Amino acid sequence: MHRRHLLAPFALAAALVFGACAGVGGDEGSGGSRAINWYVFNEPGGSYDQAVKECNEEAGGRYTINYIKLPTDANQQRELIVRRLAAEDKDIDLVGMDVIWTAELAEAGWILPWEGQQRDVATEGKLEGPLKTVEYQGKVWGIPFTSNTQLLWYRKDQVDAPGEDFTWDEMIDDAVSKGKDVEVQARQYEGLTVWINSLIAGAGGEIVNQEGDVEVNDTAKRAAEIEVKLAKSPAAPPGMSTNAEDQARQGFESGRSVYEVNYPFVYPSAAAVGEDFQKNMGWARYPRSDKGKPSRPPLGGINIGVSAYSETPDLAFEAAECLANEDHQAIAAELGGLPPTTEAVYDDPKVKKAYPFADLLRESIEAAAPRPVTPAYSDISLAIQKTYSPPDGIDPNGIVGKLRDRIEKAAEGKIF
Amino acid sequence: MEAATRTAPPGAPPRQRTTDRAKAERKLAWTLCAPAVIAMLVVTGYPIGYAVYLSLQKFDLRFPDDKEFVGLSNYVDVLTSSTWWSDVLTTLIITVCSVSIELVLGMAIALVMHRAIFGRGPVRAAILIPYGIVTVVSAFAWKYAFDPTSGFVAGLPLISDTAQPLNTKAGSLLVIILAEVWKTTPFMALLLLAGLSLVPDELHEAAKVDGASTRQRFFRITLPLMRPAILVALLFRTLDAFRIFDNIYIIQPGGALGTESVSILGYNVLINRVNLGLGSAISILIFICVILIAVFFVKALGTSTAQQRGEV
Repeated sequence: MHRRHLLAPFALAAALVFGACAGVGGDEGSGGSRAINWYVFNEPGGSYDQAVKECNEEAGGRYTINYIKLPTDANQQRELIVRRLAAEDKDIDLVGMDVIWTAELAEAGWILPWEGQQRDVATEGKLEGPLKTVEYQGKVWGIPFTSNTQLLWYRKDQVDAPGEDFTWDEMIDDAVSKGKDVEVQARQYEGLTVWINSLIAGAGGEIVNQEGDVEVNDTAKRAAEIEVKLAKSPAAPPGMSTNAEDQARQGFESGRSVYEVNYPFVYPSAAAVGEDFQKNMGWARYPRSDKGKPSRPPLGGINIGVSAYSETPDLAFEAAECLANEDHQAIAAELGGLPPTTEAVYDDPKVKKAYPFADLLRESIEAAAPRPVTPAYSDISLAIQKTYSPPDGIDPNGIVGKLRDRIEKAAEGKIF
Repeated sequence: MEAATRTAPPGAPPRQRTTDRAKAERKLAWTLCAPAVIAMLVVTGYPIGYAVYLSLQKFDLRFPDDKEFVGLSNYVDVLTSSTWWSDVLTTLIITVCSVSIELVLGMAIALVMHRAIFGRGPVRAAILIPYGIVTVVSAFAWKYAFDPTSGFVAGLPLISDTAQPLNTKAGSLLVIILAEVWKTTPFMALLLLAGLSLVPDELHEAAKVDGASTRQRFFRITLPLMRPAILVALLFRTLDAFRIFDNIYIIQPGGALGTESVSILGYNVLINRVNLGLGSAISILIFICVILIAVFFVKALGTSTAQQRGEV
C-alpha cells in the first residue's frame, strides 16, 4: 500500500509529460496543379472572398485561387509564413505580405521579383508610398494591393478643428485643458513601432537610411519626449502601456477622449455607437512632431508576392495581378475599409462613399513614412518596441544611444 | 531519482564482487531497459544534440548563405548581454515567488484532502479543477479579469486608473504569479498528499499520548517524514516554473513591460527572429539551468533519503 503511494507522484508526472507531448498536428495540403494558394490575413468584410471568386471566374478554369486565412495576430502571420517558406513549402503560391516583410522575404530568396511587363502592371498608377514598400535593392517584389494609414480623429463637439500645423504638444495640452484623454497605440508590439517611426520621421529623422545603415539621431529623443509627455500627463488614457488599435477605438467611443490617432476602421465602427457620435467625429491629418515640419503618417497595407517555391509561378503572377486590380481595390475599400494603392481608385464612387475623407487619406498615404526597409526588420522592430516601452518609464535623454546600440545589435543578429 | 537510489548510505560496507547471477540480472535489466533508452535517445537525445550543433553556428533562417561555424560566440553573446541576465532575474522572481506560495497553499490543501472525512471524492475533484484547465485558457481568464479597460478587477475600489496592475512591471509579474499559483497549486497539493499518506498514524497517536500539541506533531512528525515528498514536489514545480512561457505569452504578449522570462526570450529569438544559432544557444543555456536546478534538488533529496535510511 505504501509503495503505491510512493509511486503515485511519479506515475502522475509521467502521465502529464506524455500527455503534453501528444497531439502533433498534421499538415493540410490541397493538391491540384492549377490550384493557386493565397495565404493572407482574414478580411472579415468579405472583399477578399469576392475578389477570389471573380478572379476564378475570369480565369475560366486555368487556375483556381484558394483563399487561405492566416491568424489574426500580425506577428503570428509572419511567423507562419517565414517558417513555411524557410522549409520551402510548395503549398504557398501567393503571400499576402504586410508592407514590412518585403525586404526580409526578398533577401532570403523566398519571393520572386516582378520583372518586365509584370513589373509595369505591378507599379502602374500606384501611389508613391505603397510603391516604396514593394521595392528592395532596385527590384519590385510584389504588387501593392491595399494600403493603410492613420488619421487624427477628434470630437467636433468638444475641440476646435486642428489646423494644418497641429502638433502633438498642442494636442496633448488641449486634451489636458479639457480634462480628456488622447488615444494612441503604445503597447509593446508592432503598433508602438508604427507610432515611434512616425514621430521620428515627423521630426525629420529616420531609423534606417536608404542604404540600409542605422541612422539614429536626436529625432529619436524628440519621439521619446512626445511619448513621455503624453504618458505622464493627465491626458494619458488608462491602460496606455497596453493599448493597441482596438483599445484606442473603444476608449474614444467611450467618450473619455477627444483625440485619437488610428486607422480608418474606426469611422464605420463609430456608426455603431450612434449616428450622432459619428457626426461629431472629425478627421484631420496626423499631428506634427515639430511645428515647422510636415507630419509623416504611418503606412500599412498588404502587397501580394509570389512564392519562390510555387510550382506554377506564371499562373501565380497572373492571379496576383487579378486579385490586386482596381476593381478589387475598390471592393476592398468598400467592404473591408482598406484604402486603395492605385491613385485612380480614390475617385471611384464606391470609395468616395465609403470614405468621406478619401482625399485626406490619399494625401496621408502619399506623405507617409514607411517603416525601415531592411531584411532584419522584425529584429529592429523588436528593438524599437523594447526601447520605447513602457511609455512612462523611459528617459528621453539616454534613448538615442540605447536605441542605436539595440538596433545595431539587432541588425547584426545579436541579442539585445 | 537515480542518483538518490545509487548514493550509498554513509558508512555502508564496500560493494562486494559481482557474482555470475548478479551479472545475468544486470544484463537482463539492460535488455529490459533498452527500448526505453532507445526511445529516449531518439526523442530527446537527437533534438538536444541538434540544438547543441545549431548553437555553435551562425545561422539565421533568412540568410542561409551566411551559415558558418562560430564556436562558442553565440554563448558569449548571450552571457554578456544584460537582457539575458535581467530575464534570468525575472524568471527567478517568478519561480521563487510562485513555488513558495504554492508550497504553503498546497500543503494546506493536501491536509484538507487528507483529513476530509465525507465527500472525499468531490473535494479532491474540486481542488483539481484548475489543474485540469488548459494554461492558455486560465491565463486568458486572469488577463481578462485584470484588463485595464474591461476587467472586473479594474473597477474595484482600491484600483485607480493609474494603478492598474497590468500597466506596470510589478503588477504584471504579480498577475502572472497569481495565475501560475492558481493553476499549479493542485499539482503541488497532489504530490504532497501522496507524501502525507506515507506518515504512519501510529506515530501521531504515540505523540498524542505523550502530550504533543497539533502544531508540534505537524512540525516534528509530519514535515520531517514528508521531506522526500516535499523535495520531489519542489523539484517538479521549480523546473516547471523556471521554464514559464504560456502565462506570460498571454498575459503580457511578447514579455512586454519587462516580464520577459528566459523561455520568452528564447521564443522571440528562435521563432520571431528565426535566428536558429543564437536561439539554440539560449535553449541550451535554459537546459543547463534546468539541469543545475535538478542536480541541486536531487542532491538535497539524496542526502535526505540516505539520512532517513541511516536513522531508521
